[in-house]
Amino acid sequence: MAEALTATDLPADPTVRGWRRRRSARPAGPAPKALTGRRAWVRRAPLMPALVYMIIVTQVPFLVTIWYSLRSWNTLTPGSNRWAGLNEYKLVFTDPNFRSAILNTVVITGSAVILSMLLATALAILLNRKFFGRGVVRTLLITPFLVMPVATALLFKTTVFDPIFGLLDWILGPFGVHQVNWIGSYATPAVVAVLVWEWTPFMMLIVLAGLQSESLESLEAARVDGANAIQTFLSITFPHLRRYIELGMLLGSIYVLQTFGEIFVLTQGGGGHGSATTNLPYYIYELAFQQFNVSEAAAAGVIVVIGTEIVATITLRLLSGLFAAAEGLA
Amino acid sequence: MVTWLLAIILFFPVFWMVLTSFKKEGDAYTDPPRFVFHPTFSEFSQVFSSGAGPPFLHSVFVSLVSVVLVLALGLPAAYALSVRPIKRWRATLFFFLSTKMLPYVAAIVPIYIIALHTGLLDNDWALVILYTGFNLPLAVWMIRSFLLEVPRELLEAARIDGAGLYVELRRVILPIVMPGLAATALICVIFTWNEFFFAYFLTATKGPTVPVFLVSFLQSEGEYWARLAAAATLACLPVILAGWIAQKQLVRGLSLGALK
Repeated sequence: MAEALTATDLPADPTVRGWRRRRSARPAGPAPKALTGRRAWVRRAPLMPALVYMIIVTQVPFLVTIWYSLRSWNTLTPGSNRWAGLNEYKLVFTDPNFRSAILNTVVITGSAVILSMLLATALAILLNRKFFGRGVVRTLLITPFLVMPVATALLFKTTVFDPIFGLLDWILGPFGVHQVNWIGSYATPAVVAVLVWEWTPFMMLIVLAGLQSESLESLEAARVDGANAIQTFLSITFPHLRRYIELGMLLGSIYVLQTFGEIFVLTQGGGGHGSATTNLPYYIYELAFQQFNVSEAAAAGVIVVIGTEIVATITLRLLSGLFAAAEGLA
Repeated sequence: MVTWLLAIILFFPVFWMVLTSFKKEGDAYTDPPRFVFHPTFSEFSQVFSSGAGPPFLHSVFVSLVSVVLVLALGLPAAYALSVRPIKRWRATLFFFLSTKMLPYVAAIVPIYIIALHTGLLDNDWALVILYTGFNLPLAVWMIRSFLLEVPRELLEAARIDGAGLYVELRRVILPIVMPGLAATALICVIFTWNEFFFAYFLTATKGPTVPVFLVSFLQSEGEYWARLAAAATLACLPVILAGWIAQKQLVRGLSLGALK
């Protein structure tokens, strides 16, 4: 689907720089311990099947996407499968729906990731104390993540958001809120709510891992120095947690960006407001399978891949620092 | 106690799904929602008689085959990136990760066309191939983190004893990383079982998997809540159980092995 990130794009963290410096310091000729020829291939052999598999599975569809993006094929128009150069790209860039799909993707992903991280951090802190039935509570809390996403969407659409019989209507009834068409009137918040419900457990587990890896000595030291709970949290726990929060948000964004099933089931991309919840995956789906505009969908796909690749490169730089740090601890 | 309260609130939709699945339709649509009713299995049997069997078999087949493939490809690759690393192991590791970040939705058109031309449309193997690709990077990262925990001394000792690669894997490494491999497999099953997007476009007409069946169920049968809840409960049950069993390892899989 995209060109691989090459080694030169990669990390900027201290460990890696050291590693590279050592390598480049070596003379170009056969170094004493360098693996040469056959032996190097023996080492590489176990890797090859997986590497070749991933290259084929990701690069072949990407090349085919590029091919179709340079044509003007709409399956409804006979004879339209012709060479068209960059015309489809021009169509995508000038399509206001494309721009709103980018905006919707950013809004949905951003709010879902931030809200679920806030909720997850609170839950993780609560869960990081000893109390009766902690194991059971943790089991209950991770369950939303395990429920099939389309099942989640179907259940929320029917039993939670229904204007008359839904749980939300029942809960808010005493507050004078009755028969609100939640999905129709609040399409984006409805989608975000479902995503937050799904992704909070994921974030919570990562933050919890962070809390549990915190060194007891420094907490003890803070207590001895007379710091109160809030001071301890702000000056010791939070800086330590930051890395885990970043990791959770980055990984969460990777997955939430791709949301399709939930939107497909809940709002069909729109709700009551045209295309308020049409994110990029849904936009491509509409182009390809509702307007049968194969080439324009392909062009949009290529643009999205390149855009994501830019974001992903930045993400990877950050991540590799995180991973190096995590491995340094291990 | 706040924690218990929050946990119950967040878990409530799942509880409600299971509760509704034992209702008759008349008990499902009530205002206020009904907690006490005569439980019945009738909706479950309705779900089965409307053709839930084959989708389950498709999902089981696709999940199992792709998991076996993922482990068969992933374990040797993880070995070459950790125990006896190749020169550019770090770059290779990040290549795997970068494929995970691709918006796979962008490739649906060509994948659909390729499947159409190779006769893989409505064929479980198309999904096996794709899901193996989705899970392989995850598995390589995860298995690698387990392999790194195999004590160096043990490997050295085996090598001094003249153990070849096969014996080393079989006798030294496998017993230690077995729990890790099991956790990796479970996490791959969770993602495979729940995947909707490709399953929907590549198998919709003849060989739907469970999520596709669930959505088409809603479209064809109308919104009967109790029946829908029964179908959803059945669909989610295997993965929820698997997740509960593997919850200790879940965090490691989800963070690609970066955290323990």
